[in-house]
Amino acid sequence: MNARIIRLAMSSANSALLLVAIVVLLAVPARAQNAPSVYAIKNAKVYSLAGPAVENGIVIIRDGKIAAVGANVDVPAGAQVIDAKDLEVYPGLFDPITQMGLDEVSAVAATVDVTELGNYNPDIVAATAVNPASAHIPVTRASGITHVIAAPGTSGFDSAGGGVITGQASAFNLAGWTMDEMQIKRSVAMVINWPTLDTRSFDFATFSIQEKPYADVKKEYDKKIDEISDWLDRARHYAQAREKGSPANFERDLKLEALVPVVEGKLPVLVIAAKGRDIRSAVEFCTKQNLKMILGDGAEAWKVKDLLKDKKIPVILGPTLQLPTEEDVPYDRQMEQASELQAAGIPIAFSSFGVAFSRRLSQYAGAAVAYGLPHEEALKAVTLNAAQMLGLADQLGTIEPGKMANLIVTDGDPLEIKTQVRYLFIKGQLTSMENRHHELYEEYRKRPQAAH
Amino acid sequence: MKNSTMILTLVLFAAFAALPAHAQSSGTVLIQNATILTVTHGNIEHGSILIRDGKIAAVGADVKAPEGATVIDATGDWVTPGVVDCHSHIAIDGGVNEGGPSVSSMARIPDVLNADDIDIYRDLAGGVTEANVLHGSANSIGGQTVVIKLRWGKPADQLPFEGALPGIKFALGENPKRSGFRPPAGVPQRYPGTRMGVEETIRQAFTEAREYKKQWDDYNQRKAAGEQNLISPRRNVTLDPLVEVLEGKRYVHAHCYRADEILMLLSVAKEFGFKVRTFQHVLEGYKIADELAAAGVGGSTFSDWWAYKMEAFDAIPYNMALMTERGVVVSVNSDDAEEATHLNQEAAKSMKYGGLSANEALKLFTLNPAIQLGIDNRVGSIEVGKDADLAIYNHDPLSVYAVVQKTLIDGQVYFDRQLDIAQRAANDKEKLDLIEKEKKASEAEKKSAEEKEKKPEKKPDEKKKTGKPSDSGSGVVVGGAL
Repeated sequence: MNARIIRLAMSSANSALLLVAIVVLLAVPARAQNAPSVYAIKNAKVYSLAGPAVENGIVIIRDGKIAAVGANVDVPAGAQVIDAKDLEVYPGLFDPITQMGLDEVSAVAATVDVTELGNYNPDIVAATAVNPASAHIPVTRASGITHVIAAPGTSGFDSAGGGVITGQASAFNLAGWTMDEMQIKRSVAMVINWPTLDTRSFDFATFSIQEKPYADVKKEYDKKIDEISDWLDRARHYAQAREKGSPANFERDLKLEALVPVVEGKLPVLVIAAKGRDIRSAVEFCTKQNLKMILGDGAEAWKVKDLLKDKKIPVILGPTLQLPTEEDVPYDRQMEQASELQAAGIPIAFSSFGVAFSRRLSQYAGAAVAYGLPHEEALKAVTLNAAQMLGLADQLGTIEPGKMANLIVTDGDPLEIKTQVRYLFIKGQLTSMENRHHELYEEYRKRPQAAH
Repeated sequence: MKNSTMILTLVLFAAFAALPAHAQSSGTVLIQNATILTVTHGNIEHGSILIRDGKIAAVGADVKAPEGATVIDATGDWVTPGVVDCHSHIAIDGGVNEGGPSVSSMARIPDVLNADDIDIYRDLAGGVTEANVLHGSANSIGGQTVVIKLRWGKPADQLPFEGALPGIKFALGENPKRSGFRPPAGVPQRYPGTRMGVEETIRQAFTEAREYKKQWDDYNQRKAAGEQNLISPRRNVTLDPLVEVLEGKRYVHAHCYRADEILMLLSVAKEFGFKVRTFQHVLEGYKIADELAAAGVGGSTFSDWWAYKMEAFDAIPYNMALMTERGVVVSVNSDDAEEATHLNQEAAKSMKYGGLSANEALKLFTLNPAIQLGIDNRVGSIEVGKDADLAIYNHDPLSVYAVVQKTLIDGQVYFDRQLDIAQRAANDKEKLDLIEKEKKASEAEKKSAEEKEKKPEKKPDEKKKTGKPSDSGSGVVVGGAL
């Protein structure tokens, strides 16, 4: 049926609009949910990540939540039973820095809503613009990623150098008809792209490297940091005025209002910084300002390990499969640093920092294991750790009674490349893994032998 | 987020980053007690490989070390043929695109090889032994390409793979029509701007090349016949490589995405009587796998990249498997110095997406790209007589947990993980010493500048302060405070 729709559409026109329409049609059956609300996964090896793995374990899911887990659990009458013999159960994977739903085709500006114009946009929220019908959502969840965070201003050709306080990141499930249904938490962090002291930058307009004198770059850098500081001061004054000032004279300011939870330490700041000196500057700033900081990217976090440890700053690492930041840095630094940070007691999580590469999340974690990170720590770094950093661990990250039933049933180690996800639960619903890529595969593998 | 940090690196340090250049041991080497993935003759448990004078002399479970052989104990390790990357841009000095004209066949990558590019070493550390180094994809007909061996530490003239047929890069679709490129103000958009124009550009170029070839053929014929006082046709360095394509002396590697543009080039090739050797990226190859197989053209693709541009929106990770099933010789390529370091993992995705066998997945980064580059008589499998270009992993190379331990080219160890690790402390110390030295020098310089300023004189010219890394005019703090 779907295949027929595609063929009809393709034969009649070739516009991108139609392609988008097809995506929507394909997504529909994947999201139809008239399924039972009680499931029992039986005979599985259950890695709850809240304790040792349980052989021949049972997981009971009821009304969207995990009702019970263990070896000696009764299967309720009427439950839909999944026999998971030889299979393994893990918490659903969590990609905590993405542009999911905000970026469909990166090079086509009309399909990208990642970075707003202007440097200071604390009142914009990712959830507003996440497209629930994005083709990326089913593609990504087929790799076992059940929920993500979309973070404004974290990528995009036009964001280079632009955007400092880029907006609020939103956490959501990768299934649902509307953002309301998908949303886990509308605002989980304020994103700050930390200014960087790069004297050379790549200019996409001219496709060349632009060089600026250090003094100029330092001036711009200092100016931006002063501006961030100024915004926070104004937010504090605003909070004070709102609380203590005369309501008659109070003028509402949406940008400052959005920053109030930040200065009150209620909303974490997700500070994106890669270079060691920028990370150091950010940590010192946030400490002084009393902000709850999470470091994002951290390509050179290893350079400031002691400071991160001392100030208890958790790190959401960018892709481990990256070249080192400098020519003289050991070739394996990006893979290896995860184990080094973890051993130092710094909480780490992995992220894709992307959309199309979100499905590489487990590969990024696996690569870190190859270079020394204990396997169980790597598993936590794609499930539990980021949930803890962002205040979502009461709902997500482990398989424990009461938590949201986001989990995957696999035929093996979820960090290994060949491993297939067999069943996927999001918010307690058995969720389809059908997606654009598999549809295209099925369609074209059925193409009759071409005549020659 | 990756922005430019790596561009900033101080060139000076590149030299220390890696190993005491090349090659321990030559002559006779035995790699022993490994799981050997021969690619063409199955897997051998607890096997050994005897290497003599850079070539594989024996392979098997019972091969013993002759007197005086250097023994590499690979107990518990896995040996594969070295990784062949069919699409690379490493080791190129300066830009990869000569983007002025849309036909830039005169541009020669082999003339701008940079043997000091640290990415050679990094890819070597990912088991890569051969790379097809290509011009960029800005042009319908791009520049000339070269296959290299990653002989880190050797001068540029020793990088090219001896006897490998040269190639030329073609490009179709969004890149040559410059979809993502905004010319600076006042500069007009370059022709072509559509896929129609890309075809026209290629047909026009080959029409000229055919005429040009005819002039030379006539001339050579008359000369051979003994005719006197002949004036040769005027040499045209843009058309020479296209004549080589027409004569089958130069491979065409065509960057492409969409099925329609792929069929377009096949039809142009048929019209002018040349062969396309590989389609590169070929993300919609799965839609026309039969046509590719029938044309005998290779497909060199990405594992799971998609949606970064419109023409990559129908890319699927099943592409490797689907093309393979329909009889296309398929490889997985990198297009990127980092991606090249884990092509083994990328190939393994063909097992997850489309169910290729382990050996078929293995071929995607060894034998198949070697076939595509016409070097499979020398590399791509572990067979007696072939070059001893090998990668030694500590784990099944199709696993995410496999880490390259050693990479050999011509039987010599060009990468050794343990040596690399052992060298790091010395590298760090050397760097710190240099930074100290530099700090002292710049302090001294500052002092003398201050003195000079007392008796008014112009400020010291930045460019005169040569030979010091911090004097690039950027004011980059050497090593920074961190």
